[in-house]
Amino acid sequence: MAPKSQKQKSSGDRKNSKRSKPKPILPESEEAETLNMESMGHPEIYPLVLTTQTQEIFNCRIDEDVTDEQPYKLIKKEDIFADFQNRAAVSDFYPVRKVIQEYPGDELLVVYDKDFRYGLNFYLIGTEEGKENYLNPPEIAEEQEDYKEHIIEDLYVYRPPVSKPWVSLGSEKEIEEESVKESTKQITYMISRKRSKFGAPIKFSDQNASSVKDAYIECTAYPDRNFTLKQLEKDVGMQVVPKVKDTSTQTRWTYPKNATTQYYPREFSEEEKEIFGQSKTLSDFLNNVSVSVEIALQQNEIMNTFVDDWKCLAEEESTFGDKTDTHLKEYQSFTDLHNLKEKMVTSVSWHPTIYGLIAVSVAVRLSLEERVHFSGKLLLQPSLILFWSFSDPIHPQIVMWDITAHADRIENIKTGGSRSKKATLKPMFLLEPDSNKEATYIRHCAVSSIENGHKKVITDIHWLPDTFEINRMGSVFENRSGICCQLVTCSADCTICFWDIRPQKALTPQSVEKKKEENIEIPFDVPSTFLHLDLSWKPLIKIRLSKGETSLDHCPTKLSLNEDSLCKSQDKVLLAQSKTVKAGEMNPYYNLEGGLANHLKPIEDFCTKFFVGTEEGGVIYTDWKMERDSETGRLMAKKPVNLYTVHDGAVHTVQRSPFYKDIVLTIGGWNVAIWKEGISTGPLLQSSCAPKKYTAGHWSLTRPGVFYIGREDGYIDIWDLLEKTHEPAQSQNICITMITYIKPWTFSAKQQFIAIADYYGTLHILEIPWTLSHPSTNEVSSMNYYFEREVKHLEYIEQRKKIRDQEKKEMELELEKKKTKTYQKSKEQLEAELKMDYESYLELEETTLINLGFLKVAEKMSFMDL
Amino acid sequence: MELLDRLEMAEVEETLKRLQSQKRVQVIMVVNTEGIPIKSTMDNPTTTQYANLMHNFILKAWSTVREIDPQNDLTFLQIRSKKNEIMIAPDKNYFLIVIQDPTE
Repeated sequence: MAPKSQKQKSSGDRKNSKRSKPKPILPESEEAETLNMESMGHPEIYPLVLTTQTQEIFNCRIDEDVTDEQPYKLIKKEDIFADFQNRAAVSDFYPVRKVIQEYPGDELLVVYDKDFRYGLNFYLIGTEEGKENYLNPPEIAEEQEDYKEHIIEDLYVYRPPVSKPWVSLGSEKEIEEESVKESTKQITYMISRKRSKFGAPIKFSDQNASSVKDAYIECTAYPDRNFTLKQLEKDVGMQVVPKVKDTSTQTRWTYPKNATTQYYPREFSEEEKEIFGQSKTLSDFLNNVSVSVEIALQQNEIMNTFVDDWKCLAEEESTFGDKTDTHLKEYQSFTDLHNLKEKMVTSVSWHPTIYGLIAVSVAVRLSLEERVHFSGKLLLQPSLILFWSFSDPIHPQIVMWDITAHADRIENIKTGGSRSKKATLKPMFLLEPDSNKEATYIRHCAVSSIENGHKKVITDIHWLPDTFEINRMGSVFENRSGICCQLVTCSADCTICFWDIRPQKALTPQSVEKKKEENIEIPFDVPSTFLHLDLSWKPLIKIRLSKGETSLDHCPTKLSLNEDSLCKSQDKVLLAQSKTVKAGEMNPYYNLEGGLANHLKPIEDFCTKFFVGTEEGGVIYTDWKMERDSETGRLMAKKPVNLYTVHDGAVHTVQRSPFYKDIVLTIGGWNVAIWKEGISTGPLLQSSCAPKKYTAGHWSLTRPGVFYIGREDGYIDIWDLLEKTHEPAQSQNICITMITYIKPWTFSAKQQFIAIADYYGTLHILEIPWTLSHPSTNEVSSMNYYFEREVKHLEYIEQRKKIRDQEKKEMELELEKKKTKTYQKSKEQLEAELKMDYESYLELEETTLINLGFLKVAEKMSFMDL
Repeated sequence: MELLDRLEMAEVEETLKRLQSQKRVQVIMVVNTEGIPIKSTMDNPTTTQYANLMHNFILKAWSTVREIDPQNDLTFLQIRSKKNEIMIAPDKNYFLIVIQDPTE
């Protein structure tokens, strides 16, 4: 019976979900329950399938009566009932028959469900309300169903509340029950006095209420037991609180106290010691013990048991660099292009503390004849002192200008800085590394007095060490100021002068007046430290080196002083203290006068002798102490102790060894000599003449047996006395012209430089290799032995000389004796001797002839017989 | 009695002089067991200092030797330092301390 309903009309693109109509065999109630869309929230909607036949009957054909615009159809109830009767169970409305029967209204709404929202193609709305809803705002209802789950985002329009008539909902009853009404009518009493007594005066009095009976009625309060409540429960709040208890104690504070104990060692008194000394036990003990002690003492004498032979075998621990490399390596060379035209370098000095700073003095290049020719005149070209630094090989750092011409000698003192002295003094100054473009010219600040200074060129200049100072007599005293304040110069006018840079109080008044007359303008950049010396500086001592009766004097070229620093420990401490005090000042030379006030303390046992090298090649050992000449009463220099003519040319280097205080090296002309102070017989070593003239020289600073000599052909000879003593150990070419100055310097254990200056004004810096700069382990003692051997050799020579002299004398005596003896021989003896000689000669002749075969023996015999 | 004492004193002096005449001997000291110097060729304060220091050292060395082996006894003690060598001869009643310059 159901197959008809399965026919569906499809139009367009409709999603089909063909559903078979549920079989009418099922009970109605079940069908009715399952049919409505309660599950979807619309209990009034009953989906239906309306076949085409049904649609024709009720005029709700799809796409004809029921379209998209009007998808519903109102069908009358009677029609549906008629259909029921006509077609009974076949009718499409049969499943919802109950709903239709119960439907209150007349017309039922059937809606065409195009999209099969409820499963079938039509649905029936089973309530009037639903019909109303559908018909009236069908769009909104559908939309609400569609967007039920969405949040309504319409604007909320405020509508003020509209008053409505009150509708009672039964709350008056409760209000009536709760309200309190008077149950009975209240009685009112009005009490008043008689009208006549109104306004009359009245008297009030006090009365005790309890005294009069019934004056009052009271209603006393009494505890009514009916109303006493026993509190059985009580809400109490509890809080747990820790129990805190404060306690304090007083402790006994032991504060630290200084406690000392003075004690002295137990000692025996003299008597007790005596007693001990006499006791037998002591002597027994000593007898027993002395044997072993002597053995132990002698053991030490015999052999040193702790010597490590292996260690002593080793020569050096570690070498730096190539051991075979013995050449000086070129490091840098400095040439100034502006200032060094026609100039040669005369002296070189390294800065003691700043690395790589060298001061070089240059002077005009003149040959000997020119120099002699010009020696009286003032040269127009200024001599300069240039400061070179390793960082800039072309531009010198600072150039100093001064008026004097030759033989600048720059020296560094322990106080640092560098000074150029001669007859001029310059203040200490700080170098600026940036000023390498323009050479700054610094003027000197003091010049010696022209009348009293040297008349000729100054050849050598030295600062005296700051440990001692000398006075006019030449006696040595302790240095009062702690700074270098005296210098010694020697010059070609055959004098040696000692100068003091402190102001001399013994100035004659004449010179003071003279000074006042002159008004010399001093430029601003020169400090006034040495103003007191400027142009009025007189030497302290002047020593003339005379050769005895002849008018010719020695012309000193170089000096070498004894460099003993002979302070005892106490003095050293004092000096150190004074030095630290002075270190606080910026420049200790500002306070030169302060030291003069101290009392002079003489130093005993100071050696005041020194070596002087002369222009002629002699070496003089003389004393600077002045003595009073008995005849004239003037101060006279002592006669020189020793004079040696050893060199063939001017002595240009007189230098003490840095390792031995009494070994002096002199270089001059074509040979070298080494002297020991105190040995007056001659030099320890005198080399043979070299092929080229020696022009410069210096001891090595680190090796006691090595010294460097520069030649006039630009070669440098390195002598090593431990290797060879007759010729240099090495020879190396440095430049093409004469070497004028050599100065080595040590910067560190690994770096040692040697500065070699030449005739053309170039300064070469070379690096000394390891082998030449590092002494072997025993070098100092070996050199010592060598010198001692040489000294002994000299002594031996002396002795041999004496022996030779003696032998000579003896020989002469013998000769004399012989001569007299021959005279005493008589004539007879002479003849007899002659005869014997003749006979012996005849025999000789015979034997010779026989041997030759010219004479027969027999013949000879017969001849003799006849 | 006095003669004997003087003889012994002379003997003592002679022994000490002999020891002193050895090469490079600097100081000779005789100290009793408590460390109080009896005879010395040095000035008093230095002697006392040496005696005190040596005393502790000697006792320590002696106790060390005895502790290792109670049958053993300390016969001679030498302290060699860079600058000198100190030799100590211990005894029941006295110590003899000699300071010598080493062979270097």
